[in-house]
Amino acid sequence: MFNKEKLEQLKKAHEEWENTVTKAVAKRPERKKEFETSSGIAVKRAYTPADIENLDYDRDLSNPGEYPYTRGVQPTMYRGKFWTMRQYAGFATAEESNKRYKYLLEQGQTGLSVAFDLPTQIGYDSDHALSEGEVGKVGVAIDSLKDMEILFDGIPLDKVSTSMTTNAPASVLLAMYIAVAEKQGVSSDQLSGTIQNDILKEYIARGTYIFPVEPSMRLITNIFEYCSKHVPKWNTISISGYHIREAGSTAAQEVAFTLADGIAYVDAAVKAGLDVDEFGPRLSFFFNSHNEILEEVAKFRAARRLWAKIMKERFKAEDPKSMMLRFHTQTAGCTLTAQQPDNNVVRVAMQTLAAVLGGTQSLHTNSRDEALALPTEDSVRIALRTQQIVAYESGVTETADPLAGSYYIESLTDQIEQKAVEYLNKIDEIGGAAKAIEKGYIQKEIQDSAYKYQKEIEAGERIVVGVNKFQIKESAPKGLLKVDPKVGELQQKKLAELRKIRDNTKVNAALEKLGNAAKGEDNLMPFILDAVKAYATLGEICGVLRKVFGEYQQSIVL
Amino acid sequence: MDIKAGLLNNDKRAAARLISMMENGEPEAVQIIKECYNMTGHARIIGITGPPGVGKSTVTDKLAKQLRKEGKQVGIVAVDPTSPFTGGAILGDRVRMADLNNDPGVFIRSMGTRGALGGLSKAVHGAVKVLDILGMDYIFIETVGVGQSEIDIVKLADTVIMVMVPGLGDDIQAIKAGIMEIGDIFAVNKSDRDDAERTAAEIEAMLDFNRDEEYRPPVLNIIARDSKGIEKLLELVEKHWEYENRSGSYKKKKLNRVRAEIMDIFRDEVMKTLYSISENTNIINELAQKVMDKQMDPYSAADRLIDEFTNNQRNN
Amino acid sequence: MDRPIRVVVAKPGLDGHDRGAKVVARALRDAGMEVIYTGLRQTPEQIAETAIQEDADCVAMSILSGAHNHLFPKVVNLLREKGADDILVVGGGVIPEDDIPGLIEAGIAGIFTPGTPTSVTIDFIKNNIKRK
Repeated sequence: MFNKEKLEQLKKAHEEWENTVTKAVAKRPERKKEFETSSGIAVKRAYTPADIENLDYDRDLSNPGEYPYTRGVQPTMYRGKFWTMRQYAGFATAEESNKRYKYLLEQGQTGLSVAFDLPTQIGYDSDHALSEGEVGKVGVAIDSLKDMEILFDGIPLDKVSTSMTTNAPASVLLAMYIAVAEKQGVSSDQLSGTIQNDILKEYIARGTYIFPVEPSMRLITNIFEYCSKHVPKWNTISISGYHIREAGSTAAQEVAFTLADGIAYVDAAVKAGLDVDEFGPRLSFFFNSHNEILEEVAKFRAARRLWAKIMKERFKAEDPKSMMLRFHTQTAGCTLTAQQPDNNVVRVAMQTLAAVLGGTQSLHTNSRDEALALPTEDSVRIALRTQQIVAYESGVTETADPLAGSYYIESLTDQIEQKAVEYLNKIDEIGGAAKAIEKGYIQKEIQDSAYKYQKEIEAGERIVVGVNKFQIKESAPKGLLKVDPKVGELQQKKLAELRKIRDNTKVNAALEKLGNAAKGEDNLMPFILDAVKAYATLGEICGVLRKVFGEYQQSIVL
Repeated sequence: MDIKAGLLNNDKRAAARLISMMENGEPEAVQIIKECYNMTGHARIIGITGPPGVGKSTVTDKLAKQLRKEGKQVGIVAVDPTSPFTGGAILGDRVRMADLNNDPGVFIRSMGTRGALGGLSKAVHGAVKVLDILGMDYIFIETVGVGQSEIDIVKLADTVIMVMVPGLGDDIQAIKAGIMEIGDIFAVNKSDRDDAERTAAEIEAMLDFNRDEEYRPPVLNIIARDSKGIEKLLELVEKHWEYENRSGSYKKKKLNRVRAEIMDIFRDEVMKTLYSISENTNIINELAQKVMDKQMDPYSAADRLIDEFTNNQRNN
Repeated sequence: MDRPIRVVVAKPGLDGHDRGAKVVARALRDAGMEVIYTGLRQTPEQIAETAIQEDADCVAMSILSGAHNHLFPKVVNLLREKGADDILVVGGGVIPEDDIPGLIEAGIAGIFTPGTPTSVTIDFIKNNIKRK
């Protein structure tokens, strides 16, 4: 991109400048001996055109909305419309969560994001022994279609898009959503939204797995296939780096391991006989946004460019939509501090800025009190307002990919991509993401980063404001949200009632059919849908599948 | 807590404490074991070993579950390496045995190698005896099959199952020297992978080289994760046991084992005394200085040390 | 004391976020302790039984799901029932300040919330285990 002669002159001048500065620094040292990003990329004193001398605009960046989509997946980006502001919410019962959703929609939120409680995420009913103490805690408890009907009561499902954080039992909850829509008179081809449905990262980082790898991959490809025919506007998976990053990975590892999972899903679907352009456009991603704004922006850009290349070159996709990495972002929960919680508002604002400068399609902003408890309504509103302020007041939305061409940003984008490619090669060598997880390789890499990070904080090499510097004496924050411990009992009562009034012959017949199908090779979605409509519970459906598929055994490498 | 009364009363807490005391080399523990020694000898002891990452814990877990179905009481001693730098350890074998935690007929104990002066073998011997007295029908000793001390431990077992996985390739070559001899049964785990048959054949070929006695260790393909081959594996354990008894090999082995144990304990005691001599007196330094100054040769110095040692024993 | 301190590090309940538990497990190991790591989804019964069989000096649990008020005291009670109340029980995770007095009352000796340096946890265990 640069004139060769000019570049040589510039390099020489820069070298002289470095020499002069280095001499000065010998007398008045800089803050640190070495500067580096979270991914261990060395940061120079200043960047110049020499750092991006090999950059080829058409090949590496291109225009927004054009391959390799480094600059964003739409040509107009936020000039057309802002990202979807989508706050992850849900707690206690379906009734209470329904109220919170209606409140959020009134406040100008543009999409729903459903948080389920842990029993629901792991396929246990509220009256299961392992559900004790967990019902309604981190999200809403859904035991059957009955609860789902209440959850979306009065919310027109043809008008909102809904994201559901469910993985192992994703097909069951999606089936419930389809069934509720049907009752509202909304056909499944009108539905839009996302299920997370990313089991590999559950094994790696989040822990809400049920079944072993192979049957889990089958359930996922079943969903891909079913939705491409019946729920065409649905994002069938949200391949998630978020939790990998929360578990302690670096930015480069987040890109690498997320895309490695993505490759595994595409591989599985192609092996199951699906055409890459049939399901490719419905793949979506989910990333984390941390405090180091510039590295984060580079991370999002690198991920987009690398995925586009993978889909085009490795999987021979032809539909441009298959190559576009569309992603949801959540600000980094692990950066929130329990100390001086109001400071978190500032962190979230920076992280929001990073996600927007990185071109996200939708965003959840964390609330300031989440290191202490579930967020209160006030905190959630501030978090949403943070997005609105960046959208309406900051001006960064007025042009696409505003940081493109920055010597530093482009250089970082290259380096993160390069680091990710190195990891991907290594994972290919091991035999793919599933094998690398089974061996504990990916988990070990993440844990090493997490431990290093913790040690840096404890050694004072890394400063977290309010935690290891600038501490104050503070009194306990008041007015935190408490989930009523009676929720468990309430759900259990509802379940007992349901088991009495439903047609149990019908339920058993549907479950038996599902069990038989699971032993064979049919797509399981229609069987699950039938069971759901007969008001079989989530636990019953997952129980049948547990019997046939067995359960995943975690591999621990510490 | 009255440890001995508790132990005789089948109290798990007393048993657990006694194992710790053995691990920590407390003389009281030895005294209790001495008093209860007559109660040992009931349990069958099975060693599970093999390279890291082959799924030893899962194999142990599934074997234990199978035995529980048959109403047997099962003890498990799982050994993991201690960090030589910090003396700490992460003992993670329970992760794969989580369902057994709640089973009243199972007792699991994790142990670090701790690395000091061969104490491990004594600790494991001690734990096995405690579990034996506690009335376990089967006791599994699970340990990584690298390093002499680990190999010494599994030699304690009546039957040793060597766990391998497909595609170990060069690793098999590297480890065969030490461990091919000690396996009574070879289990190729994760046999849903490619090369499972070939790995089994490679092991068979090595057995052709290494073993010439009457009993030929069987090689079995299993998938422990799915409980495939576990029943068969237990059958092979029984067959080996029958062979051992029929052929008289068991008696011979048992005698050797007891000899080895006595020697072990003896060596431990000698080392302890030697250690205390060198810790409490300056004799080693003095002798070393003399050898340095050519006033003495190292052989005579060692003789002096033996004199010192004998005196020390007499005074005790 | 010249024997290593033995600590059971456990994740009770269904919560799968084990970054904290793993970081703490490593830190305890690096402080010379023997860490018995149990993995995810442990019931209070399993944790208490593990602590007894392993003759642990301490049980360290981590919960981020909000189920701490229910699960932590249960472990303490089970240990008491089994006559093992000399085992130190500590907990960590996302735990509101308001809940801490109740948990201490219930017999959890120390609660470590986000941001606690591992050295604090290590020292607490070293200074508070009941058996020498």
